[in-house]
Amino acid sequence: MAFFELQGVEKHFGPVRAITGIDLAVEKGEFVVFVGPSGCGKSTLLRMIAGLETIDVGRFQLDGRDITRMPSAKRDLAMVFQSYALYPHMSVFDNMSFALKLAGVGLDTIRQKVERAAQILNLGPYLQRTPRELSGGQRQRVAIGRAIVRAPKVFLFDEPLSNLDAALRGQTRVEIHNLHRQLGATTIYVTHDQVEAMTLADRVVVLRDGAVEQVGAPLALYDQPANQFVAQFIGQPSMNILPAGALPVLSALCGGRLPRDGALGVRPEGVRIVPAGLGQVQATVSLVEALGADTLIYVDAAGTSLVARQSERTTLRRGDAVGIELNPAVLHLFNHDGRVVTA
Amino acid sequence: MHPRWMLALRTVAAWFFTLLLFFPLGWLALTAFKTELQAIEVPPHWLFTPTLENFVEVQRRSDVLLFAQNSLITSVVSTVLGLMIAAPAAYSMAFFRTRHTRDLLMWMLSTKMMPAVGALVPVYVLAQTAGLLDSLTALIIVFTLSNLPIMVWMLYSSLRDIPGEILEAARMDGATLWTECRHVVMPLALGGLASTGLLCLVLSWNEAFWSLNLSSARSGTLATMIASYSSPEGLFWAKLSAASLVAIAPIVAFGWFSQKQLVQGLTFGAVK
Repeated sequence: MAFFELQGVEKHFGPVRAITGIDLAVEKGEFVVFVGPSGCGKSTLLRMIAGLETIDVGRFQLDGRDITRMPSAKRDLAMVFQSYALYPHMSVFDNMSFALKLAGVGLDTIRQKVERAAQILNLGPYLQRTPRELSGGQRQRVAIGRAIVRAPKVFLFDEPLSNLDAALRGQTRVEIHNLHRQLGATTIYVTHDQVEAMTLADRVVVLRDGAVEQVGAPLALYDQPANQFVAQFIGQPSMNILPAGALPVLSALCGGRLPRDGALGVRPEGVRIVPAGLGQVQATVSLVEALGADTLIYVDAAGTSLVARQSERTTLRRGDAVGIELNPAVLHLFNHDGRVVTA
Repeated sequence: MHPRWMLALRTVAAWFFTLLLFFPLGWLALTAFKTELQAIEVPPHWLFTPTLENFVEVQRRSDVLLFAQNSLITSVVSTVLGLMIAAPAAYSMAFFRTRHTRDLLMWMLSTKMMPAVGALVPVYVLAQTAGLLDSLTALIIVFTLSNLPIMVWMLYSSLRDIPGEILEAARMDGATLWTECRHVVMPLALGGLASTGLLCLVLSWNEAFWSLNLSSARSGTLATMIASYSSPEGLFWAKLSAASLVAIAPIVAFGWFSQKQLVQGLTFGAVK
């Protein structure tokens, strides 16, 4: 039996099935990320695990215990909220020690645990400050510290970085990664940002409309998406999707395996821009984005848009004529219903 | 950046309206220190020799301390009782909203739109049947119930400002309902509780209609005492003013020192 299991979990809001029959096994020490577009049910699922939402069908098993009907405080979980949810009238020390005080832990032990967590998170100088005297990043670390001191069996993170600016987000992401390595704690992390999912997760669970689309290691999802939705959701920019009839010459590359009503997928790095007159298809440049390390070239080929990624700089400009070459080894074939074509 | 003349105009207008609002109270205070003859002079005199004879007469005629005590008891007890009922009601509406919450709040508020006289007969009969006429109990019950809609509304607005996630965090930390209220809700809602309590204390202290109709010698409040100065011979303006000044002085002083909290309570939710 896995350390933490979701068994047939469902949630209904009236006639609407917000979460539909989810089964998942999480091993001890694993970092699992729930990712998906807004409204896919990832936060609802996390809140159900936390006990903040009721569960209609199914069970949660944690370390051999059925925690389905247990109140939140007894589940041995700790949650880091998107808005930090710090107690504004308490100091950082009191915020971090609140749960321990309620549990009747001795003052010396509380001090020891809080100071240790503060040391790990570089919060030592701020223990007597209130949340309003802290920056966004510091508040986030206090929220994490509040979870750490409880030494729970599972950490739950609900989009903890979404309120931070881009630079701080990257920095805090690295801190969370290092923290996980240091503590070895089982973690379930919810985000809509697939970059966070790809960089933090041992395994990623892609959700859509309350159901699991695919579960796997980040690169496995990137290289072998199970369907068109996962293929387009994972990867930035999204995978290029070409309906079968859009560019017949490209469909011919698939050796007849592409269904007539299917679609062909190719990642931007699988599209090579060559001089006009060469390549499989002729196109016109519509936009060039020079990102520094990479260059993205958007092209228009017979009414179909594609994006190519290359590491070299380019002098191409909007309106230039170019050729496109696709690498057949990295093509993905999808049926009319979006599922990947199997051999 | 406004032009200076506009700022000056606004200042003058603000002073004008302030003095206009203050005028009745100021006139009352002046009249309380005049003789009856000076009080009814036309044109009135602004300069005169103040006298304390009206206050002496008020103290001689009425047991001011008893009326003041009754006002204090009814105001304080009805406020505390009201807070004890309104706070849990507001908590459940703020944090466990349903699609009927708004309708319920509007219905509560709608009861304040009915003139009190509309409920006079049934309330009087109820008090009489229960043997509560001329008793502090009847006044406390009526004051509590009549202020309850306002208290619930004000506390609801105050509690809505507390993010629900903080309470969820408290639950995850192991807080029961009681510890959640004690350690999280109460400290954060203290300002709202104070403003609500203060406002209802003032409303209860100034309440005259129910005091006049449900009380008499034993449980009369300061409002009742003031009304007793209206006699068949006419109104003794100077004494009436002195009695009124005695009645309002405590609550005006109280309001002066707590004006910050009162204004905060009155402007809750005005700007989001």
